[in-house]
Amino acid sequence: MSFFERLRGRKRSADSAKERLQLVLVHDRTDITPAVLEALKDDLLTTISRHVEIDPAAVHIALERDGRAQRLIADIPLRSVSRRRSG
Amino acid sequence: MSTVLTIGSGKGGVGKTTAVANLAVALAAAGEKVVCIDGDIGLRNLDVIMGLENRIVYDLVDVVEGRCRLRQAMIRDKHLPELYLIPAAQTRDKSAVSPSDMVRLCDELRGEYDWILIDSPAGIERGFKNAIAPADRVVVVTNPEVSAVRDADRVIGILEAEEKDTPSLVINRLNPAMVKRHDMLSADDVVDLLAVKVIGIVPEDDDVIVAANRGTPVALDPKSRAGQAFRNIAQRLKGVDVPFMALDDQGNLWQRLFAGRK
Repeated sequence: MSFFERLRGRKRSADSAKERLQLVLVHDRTDITPAVLEALKDDLLTTISRHVEIDPAAVHIALERDGRAQRLIADIPLRSVSRRRSG
Repeated sequence: MSTVLTIGSGKGGVGKTTAVANLAVALAAAGEKVVCIDGDIGLRNLDVIMGLENRIVYDLVDVVEGRCRLRQAMIRDKHLPELYLIPAAQTRDKSAVSPSDMVRLCDELRGEYDWILIDSPAGIERGFKNAIAPADRVVVVTNPEVSAVRDADRVIGILEAEEKDTPSLVINRLNPAMVKRHDMLSADDVVDLLAVKVIGIVPEDDDVIVAANRGTPVALDPKSRAGQAFRNIAQRLKGVDVPFMALDDQGNLWQRLFAGRK
């Protein structure tokens, strides 16, 4: 990387490599493509919505690495009952 | 006790054959009895890297198909009397040998030799399956580059699925100056991504190409940095706890003086 690129604050290439590889490896290892993850998220939302009220826009679902194992992490904020009543 | 050690990588060109030749000479120079087998049928190269290409009479496929005895296909090294090579066939393909052929062949060598090193071909197909079938241990060679790291991860995943012991990692051709300016993945980055134990870090070194030109593996050159790294890996394979060498110094005073002027 040149001095000028650094001045412009461009990310170092090794950092890009690591970030990209983190994503690629998780998908390679699980065979879960971003499209499959999206479909899984939709199904999950439908099922949960049947029981509790949630804000679909606030739901965050991601694959995370833990050593050589992978985890599916779902963060699903619940709508509070009091707010629902007042609203 | 003999150990069958297979060297694989997934991606081609990362330095598998170089690693096999150098670990073989380093182990043999340390007093071990070593046989290496070139598993890359159709694209043999371990013979030229070791400088033994003119001595080949029989090869791996000749042994498997019964045209010669195992002993007749073993070429003794020029420098080290306890080091042998079983070359690959050049005019056949990977299907000429099966995983059970490799297991049988290695069983015949076990007991008489301390180390049986197998040079796996690139890829994850038949040739690779042949190479890992008899393996007690596997070393995966990678480079600090996106494609090599990705392919190494695939290979590690396949070994896990085959219920082999977790392989150890050799990070080859690391360029310390590029790592320093954050334009190359560091050894720590690669280890963090692949989540396996590292057994060696080999710096990029012009001496490796010079050694290949001559057919004398770089581990025989006492002054080479890469040679030292391979000798250290050989010691670690034997169970000796060798500290990793510092890779951040920028060559000698002369190189340091002129490095800033480029």
